[in-house]
Amino acid sequence: MSTLVETKPTQELAPFKGVKKVPYEEYFTSGHRTCEGCESAQFMRLVAKAAGPRTIVLGATGCMYVANTSYYSTVWGVPWMHTQLGAAGSSALGAAAALKALMRKGEIKDEPINVVAFCGDGGGADIGLGPISATLTIPDYNLLIVLYDNESYGNTGIQVSSTSPYGVNTTFSTPGKVKRIMHHRWKKNVAGLMLAGHSTCKYVATVSTTYALQAMNCVRRALSIGGPTFIHCLNPCPKGWDFDPEIAYELGNLAVNTGIWPLYEVENGVLKLYGKTRQIADGRYKRLPVADYLLKQGRFAHFTDEDIAFFQSQVDDMWNNWLIPGVIPLRKGAEEPAPATE
Amino acid sequence: MATITLPVKEHEEVLEQEALITGSEAIAVACKLANVDVVTAYPIRPYDTVMQYMSQLVADGELDCEFIVADGEHSQFEIVKHASACGARVFSGSSGVGWMYAMEALTVTPALRIPIVALVGNRTLDDPGAFGVEHNDALSVRDLGWMLVWVDNAQEALDTALIAYRVAEDRRMFVPLAISCDGAFLTHSQSLVKIPAPEKVKKFLPKYNRGELLLHPDNVISVAPQANEDWVMEMRRQNYAVTERAPGVIREVYAEFERIFGRKYGNPFFEEYRTEDAEVVLFGMGTLSTPVKVTIDKLRQQGKKVGFVRLRWFRPFAGPEIAKALERFKAIGVIERDVSFGSPDLSGVVATELRSALYSNAKTRPPVLDFLCGLGGREVTVPDVEKITEITFQAASGKPQPLTQWIGLRG
Repeated sequence: MSTLVETKPTQELAPFKGVKKVPYEEYFTSGHRTCEGCESAQFMRLVAKAAGPRTIVLGATGCMYVANTSYYSTVWGVPWMHTQLGAAGSSALGAAAALKALMRKGEIKDEPINVVAFCGDGGGADIGLGPISATLTIPDYNLLIVLYDNESYGNTGIQVSSTSPYGVNTTFSTPGKVKRIMHHRWKKNVAGLMLAGHSTCKYVATVSTTYALQAMNCVRRALSIGGPTFIHCLNPCPKGWDFDPEIAYELGNLAVNTGIWPLYEVENGVLKLYGKTRQIADGRYKRLPVADYLLKQGRFAHFTDEDIAFFQSQVDDMWNNWLIPGVIPLRKGAEEPAPATE
Repeated sequence: MATITLPVKEHEEVLEQEALITGSEAIAVACKLANVDVVTAYPIRPYDTVMQYMSQLVADGELDCEFIVADGEHSQFEIVKHASACGARVFSGSSGVGWMYAMEALTVTPALRIPIVALVGNRTLDDPGAFGVEHNDALSVRDLGWMLVWVDNAQEALDTALIAYRVAEDRRMFVPLAISCDGAFLTHSQSLVKIPAPEKVKKFLPKYNRGELLLHPDNVISVAPQANEDWVMEMRRQNYAVTERAPGVIREVYAEFERIFGRKYGNPFFEEYRTEDAEVVLFGMGTLSTPVKVTIDKLRQQGKKVGFVRLRWFRPFAGPEIAKALERFKAIGVIERDVSFGSPDLSGVVATELRSALYSNAKTRPPVLDFLCGLGGREVTVPDVEKITEITFQAASGKPQPLTQWIGLRG
């Protein structure tokens, strides 16, 4: 951005070169009561590990607040503060602004301190979207907003959010005698929204806890590049998605391999697909049918063949017809929609 | 004629100055003197004039702070909440439904023990979108642990803002504080204000020290973890203890203010006007003090013994002191710019609170009549106040009067 903006230097967090180079120290530790197989808790652990000890974490209301920070048994080995459901963006802004002002005035030591705010899909894609968007337009502060996405309001009892997948069974979209599909919305493309709408934001990435090393390195890149940054992580949720906890990792994998969850980084406006997503885009890997992913989860148990076919057609459309497949839904030749393949 | 030019730079630290400024501007000047660190703005009339001044102070290099234009009032108050947790002195504000939009953030702040200082430029709640003053906006947080103070002139606005920082940031308090300035009548009205010397402000106002509650990597704490019925009562009791301590702290800070700046406010909680020999008193908050005082002066010339008590601090509500001051009168006429729909006696908030304070604290309980007046920014006129006084005298002479009346309503 403009040189007129006075930004503070960041910590230089080089990528971990292989799992064996990842430090042993944990900053998200014991004491939580998340479900067995909870990938959101796993993501918290990875973010904390990647960010390291000179970090302030702000946590919006959600599972990762309620289940992680029961009074007298906090998991956090770095300073942590609860923030309201819709305030992940504002909380990061407030903390970063305070640090900047106090360092400039000589009230505290001038040093790079990471500010990381997290929110769930309810906090990030619904109620707190506006404040996150506003925060990403402000170039003055170094901060990272991470969205852990379990595709529902998991903490309140599994209700639909704007990142819930089409047709999903939640407690606000339970199939009934007349209506099989109560949730007709398509998942909000949050990372695409952030990168397309905020040129001030130098780094946006989508990650999966299944690819833990890559996820940590995305966090380290985001914190090093400076300014406001955003990471969106898909987190399989045994409670909300209704699957055996032991396949949490596998579901993360399938989400990517079916093309449902594309993995990419956008750094200074340059898009880089990575992992299997890149292979899919390059034609080196054939996407698996979405049924492989959907049918392993109880939340789609009511799906008929027709529903699965519709879901598949939407994913095909994303890969075949979007100008930047999986990222931005601008279309090639809008007047003549290409037929779905596969 | 020879003029003496003072080398201003050298003396501005120690000299008191005088300026013709509005209530909003007075608050901005106080924030500058308090050297605030993080300020959040969002436009809504009439409080937003303060943010126009703040923005100008930052642009002119007169105030070194982070000035953030937020995306809404909820964000405004969440931003300063977290900034304050990280050790920054903060300022924010709002009006009317903007204040209500921030309500969630306003609600959680006292329990977090965060000393935000805010300006509420009192405004009528929507609909119908009137710009003028009503007090229901600020009063909406009266049960949440905020401290609430009303001022009626620009000098008092400036002084009270300095007092506010010292009170809110006192370790015995650590709760947010809202200064109410009547929209338009005070936010936009100029008067001559003495601006204290920065050197004296430094003496009066120590740095904000978050202490062991500081959110910083050198102090690994978890702030506001989730608790249930096992601990919430104990936490509520802590905030309650703040309200028990508040009157003492406020008295201390006013005494210190008087000692350092030499300006006297007497009793911090309320101002008394011509009450010494009064038979009845009027009671109210904010700028309606002007028409009330003018009317009292007029009625006094006619031999009518009426006085006025202007409430400053609504939270804490100095019940025992107010009762002691008011119990001797024959009748009390409350004039207020708010409504509490469905309340006992269908009165406003102020009269309801006052009756409660008198019931438990006063030796004798004079009739408390409530007059809903000046709503939506309508002027409280001298004839209105004359009428109110007349009805109050009627009650004093033993003729029963309705407990709540609307004054200045169109026929």
